[in-house]
Amino acid sequence: MRLLVNGKAHELEAAPDELLLWVLRDKIGLTGTKFGCGEGECGACTVLVNGRPVRSCQVPAAAAAGKPITTIEGLERNGRLHPVQAAFLRHEAFQCAYCASGMIMSAAGLLARNPKPSERQIRAAMNGNLCRCGTYSRILKAVRAAALASRKRA
Amino acid sequence: MPDAAEPETAELRENREQQVERLAHRFAFERRTFFRLLGNGVLVGLAAGGAPAQESGRRRFFERHPLPRAISAWLHIAPTGRVTVYTGKVEVGQNIRTSLAQQVAEELHVEMGSIRMIMGDTLLTPFDMGTFGSRTTPTMGPRLRRVAASARDILTGLAARRWKTPRAGLVAENGKIRNPRTGASLSYGELTEGRKIARTIEDDPALTPAAEWRIAGHAAPKVHGRRFVTGEHRYTPDLALPGMLTGKVVRPSAFHARLVECDASRAHAMPGVRVVRDGDFVGVAAPDMATAARAAAAVRARWQAPRQISSRELYAWLRRTARHEEGRFAHTSGTPPAADAPGLKRLQASYEIAYIAHAPLEPRAALAEWKGQRLTVWTGTQRPFGVQQELAAAFHLPLEHVHVIMPDTGGAYGGKHTGEAAVEAARLARAAGRPVKLIWTREEEFTWAYFRPAGVIDIAAAVDAQGHIAAWEYDNYNSGPAAIGSPYRSRYSRIEFHPCDPPLRQGSYRSLAACANHFARESHMHDLAVLAGQDPLEFRLKNIPDPRLRAALRRAAARFGWAARRRLPGRRGFGLAGGFEKGGYVATCAEVEISGRELRVTRVVEAFDCGAVVNPNGLRNQIEGAIVMGLGGALREDIEFDNGRILNPRFSQYKVPRFADLPEIEVALIDRKNERSFGAGETPIVGIAPAIANAICDATGRRLRSLPMLRLGRLPA
Ligand code: FES
Ligand code: FES
Repeated sequence: MRLLVNGKAHELEAAPDELLLWVLRDKIGLTGTKFGCGEGECGACTVLVNGRPVRSCQVPAAAAAGKPITTIEGLERNGRLHPVQAAFLRHEAFQCAYCASGMIMSAAGLLARNPKPSERQIRAAMNGNLCRCGTYSRILKAVRAAALASRKRA
Repeated sequence: MPDAAEPETAELRENREQQVERLAHRFAFERRTFFRLLGNGVLVGLAAGGAPAQESGRRRFFERHPLPRAISAWLHIAPTGRVTVYTGKVEVGQNIRTSLAQQVAEELHVEMGSIRMIMGDTLLTPFDMGTFGSRTTPTMGPRLRRVAASARDILTGLAARRWKTPRAGLVAENGKIRNPRTGASLSYGELTEGRKIARTIEDDPALTPAAEWRIAGHAAPKVHGRRFVTGEHRYTPDLALPGMLTGKVVRPSAFHARLVECDASRAHAMPGVRVVRDGDFVGVAAPDMATAARAAAAVRARWQAPRQISSRELYAWLRRTARHEEGRFAHTSGTPPAADAPGLKRLQASYEIAYIAHAPLEPRAALAEWKGQRLTVWTGTQRPFGVQQELAAAFHLPLEHVHVIMPDTGGAYGGKHTGEAAVEAARLARAAGRPVKLIWTREEEFTWAYFRPAGVIDIAAAVDAQGHIAAWEYDNYNSGPAAIGSPYRSRYSRIEFHPCDPPLRQGSYRSLAACANHFARESHMHDLAVLAGQDPLEFRLKNIPDPRLRAALRRAAARFGWAARRRLPGRRGFGLAGGFEKGGYVATCAEVEISGRELRVTRVVEAFDCGAVVNPNGLRNQIEGAIVMGLGGALREDIEFDNGRILNPRFSQYKVPRFADLPEIEVALIDRKNERSFGAGETPIVGIAPAIANAICDATGRRLRSLPMLRLGRLPA
């Protein structure tokens, strides 16, 4: 099968029950996408497929074949952080940071379709992502700041 | 295979914790080896336990001797000027990689960027009991400061010799020693002259007072922060070795189950799959995750488990098995008031605390590799040296043949003291003859890790007509003795902790029993205040002698607007709680909104005082996080179990706080430059549950005495 990850095509073999998460991590070596629960409840494994946030632990790799996939490793452009990454860094919106990849991908997906989200929309879009260290208020600040920064840049 | 060691019980751990500084330290390194590994330069070590009396006041060069075994911290300055610090402490999100580097930079007078921290590696770092009990800031911080200050002193001495000038007047700044009289300056790297200079320090160098800190005491960005937002940082589950296999354990049907029959022929037949059966351990190693899962599912195992206690019977069981331990956990002072003493109002109540899980987002994981009889394991643990011992015992190896490396890890909260995954991965790797990586599933993490102890707390108290506490009788069953001592004055008090036979495997959790004890005590204090007809804040200020705790309460109350809070009965309530533990003073105010059986915690204000603040931004982050985590245990988290099985081992069933639960949080830091710095990973969590309980009581008149307070997400009917 052919996976288009971060603008690069990968030819690989995967059984029908192989999940996108493990193919990305173990077969392509992109370990920025994390495993947290395997049941679609924590969001640590979030990637963008066709620009939309998807829980890669819930999707067979085969279902994502041929579609553009973006992982945390693919957000940076020419050494410049994506506005969401930059805002997470500036607001230190993490502690152990194990949730950070998934949080950033969910937020990037949200801002891509809705550059001016309301507070309620931000919380709703992010509610499927868990941060066990409890840095939620910083994450909200970072997402608001990133929305502002992307609008300014656009 | 021998079982992985049981996690220490809370009380045992606390007991041991006090020995951290006295324990004999093991160090297998020789000076020569060290320099070979690091290159030449200046190497400074701190003798564990301070100065041996006969040598105090004298510095000792020992260029021709191996370094002593008893060393608790190292620092090396390379000819390039690169500073490397070695500590057995580990980073699990509490941000000590950053705060320790700040303190070294402060005393050494270098930029933070020139410091590299090597942490939690049993080969490279000095022995350390583990990262727990909020000990890093009060113990490792000052140690590293002393090492850094001594290193600066040594470098100043080298410069003085080189310039043949008195050392007084020489200035250390920005990684250089400068002579203001001549304008000459040499960098630390140059001063080493490529030599090998090793020294242990035994006396106390003068440390920079907190009031003069320029790097410590100020917000510092997380070290390697960029690696965490780009996905570049490798946690244990992200590591890989050539030829590595994926491991999976076939779990028993229930706790304490024995394997009676096992047919693994179908798994064996799968290409590339290796099955291991050793006693009651059954596991597989396979080329990839999907195959490992298929192989494990194909093993037909029959287990036999004894009948076990279920959540329904939990509290009765704890009372039934409680022991009275004279002396150790019992404390009495004063004499009880007479039964008919006039003017006394009495209040007696019981509190319950459920078992809860740490549920770090990174589940237990390990990567194990054998080279002959030598074993290397990467794993996320708070006790790399403890895991080294577990592995050595499990595989009958000399300690020096086991190397444990701890990558910065995705959360622990007291839940990663043990090395289950490490032992399992090593067992599979030995059988497979290849490296094996094992990542626990969420169900495994919720089931086979250990839990925060459940408990029952009985309190019988009395207040007199003036609102003073006349009697305080307190019995804690099973949850633990941490913070069991009351910060309130009482004319009579009897306080006891009763160990019980725990039905589940239990161990440390952020702040240990301080959560439970503060929940019970601070709930009871609210009710005593009401009984005495006093405002809960005034009642506390009157009965708490410690001025720092009183100051924290006043500070939180002022920020919250306690005096001006408006009563809207049945809808909105306000609660207050305070306490002291592990060097930290905390006061928490909560506001709740209630409609029918729906509860929302809308606002939380917390004041915290842990002495001189090292990294204010990191500290705020810890406090905010502790409030959110504490919200979970207060409202919803509850491990349900039945006959040796966990009934809710998933995030869809065991509800941890999410964005939707987030109240508005305000943190007030009380920075005391003249007080010793203490840790903040734990104590900020203790106030939130009682503050919410008191707010609910304020709004509804109803006292909830059982954690978690909600039933299926709603207030109990
Ligand atoms: S790992 Fe996919 S949602 Fe948790
Ligand atoms: S920072 Fe640890 S889980 Fe979010």
